[in-house]
Amino acid sequence: METFPILIRKDGMPIRYLVVDDSVFARKNVAKMVEAFGGEIVGEAGDGCTAITEYDRTTPDMVLMDITMPQMEGIEAAERIVRSHPNARIVMVSSVGYQENIVAALQKGARHFVQKPVKSEILYEVIKYVMGDDAAVATPTAQES
Amino acid sequence: MKIELIQPFINAADAVLAETLQCAARMGDVTMDEEAYRRKGIASMVTIKGDIEGRIIFDIDTPTAARVASYLTGSPVPESDEVARETVCELANMVIGSAITALNDQGFKFKIYPPVIHADELGEKSSEDQESLVMCFDTGSGNIFMNIAMRYNRKRRTDN
Repeated sequence: METFPILIRKDGMPIRYLVVDDSVFARKNVAKMVEAFGGEIVGEAGDGCTAITEYDRTTPDMVLMDITMPQMEGIEAAERIVRSHPNARIVMVSSVGYQENIVAALQKGARHFVQKPVKSEILYEVIKYVMGDDAAVATPTAQES
Repeated sequence: MKIELIQPFINAADAVLAETLQCAARMGDVTMDEEAYRRKGIASMVTIKGDIEGRIIFDIDTPTAARVASYLTGSPVPESDEVARETVCELANMVIGSAITALNDQGFKFKIYPPVIHADELGEKSSEDQESLVMCFDTGSGNIFMNIAMRYNRKRRTDN
């Protein structure tokens, strides 16, 4: 996998992620990418309902959320999370990337959209953009560099 | 089945398989399936409802599914493993989602349902109303099959 400069929170701690997808394979794939960016997976969920409870339990810095899921879809889950946590950073990650879906997700409070298959360089840039000033690229120590 | 419905699936399979498997996917045989669909290995089915209705079965023979899963996870995956089934579902989700996105851009509106494992040996027969087309893609890891049975939703089309 391509290597990326480590992204950390402003306080120097790893960015904490909640990964939501009904496919375990997809969750592992995204988790592998964000861990390569220096992030920490604090929770996983396979549907929208679990995503809401996992958000309350873990209060992550960012949620990476699939759209098409059983029980409760990602857009509805995003809306509910944002309703109770207006500062929640939610990035939708879906294979279905048509305009309507993207607009609906953004209207419900999602911050960005990444289409599957996820390219690590795109996900990295989106995370950096959505974290904004709350994240920084870690400066390598003399030993690392 | 009209080519406008099929082409997005060919393009999506081509792009997604090339991206995920890091190899060119060559399209092989395309056949009309008049008999009931006979599963080839691990199959995942996605249902769509709306202006166009039907189902797509994404089917990979078991050894190929295990090879693809091993490649994507970076570690050996046995043929019987759940990861092989998960991989087929996720590949189906990505290919079909991408095709659905292209069809939506053409103005068709519909809802896509999450992929489910298609465990039956035989699927439903195609009908006059809903033809079934089987496409084979030759990848570096083996053959991947896509069986598409879709039709225009006449009521919705007339309503518009």
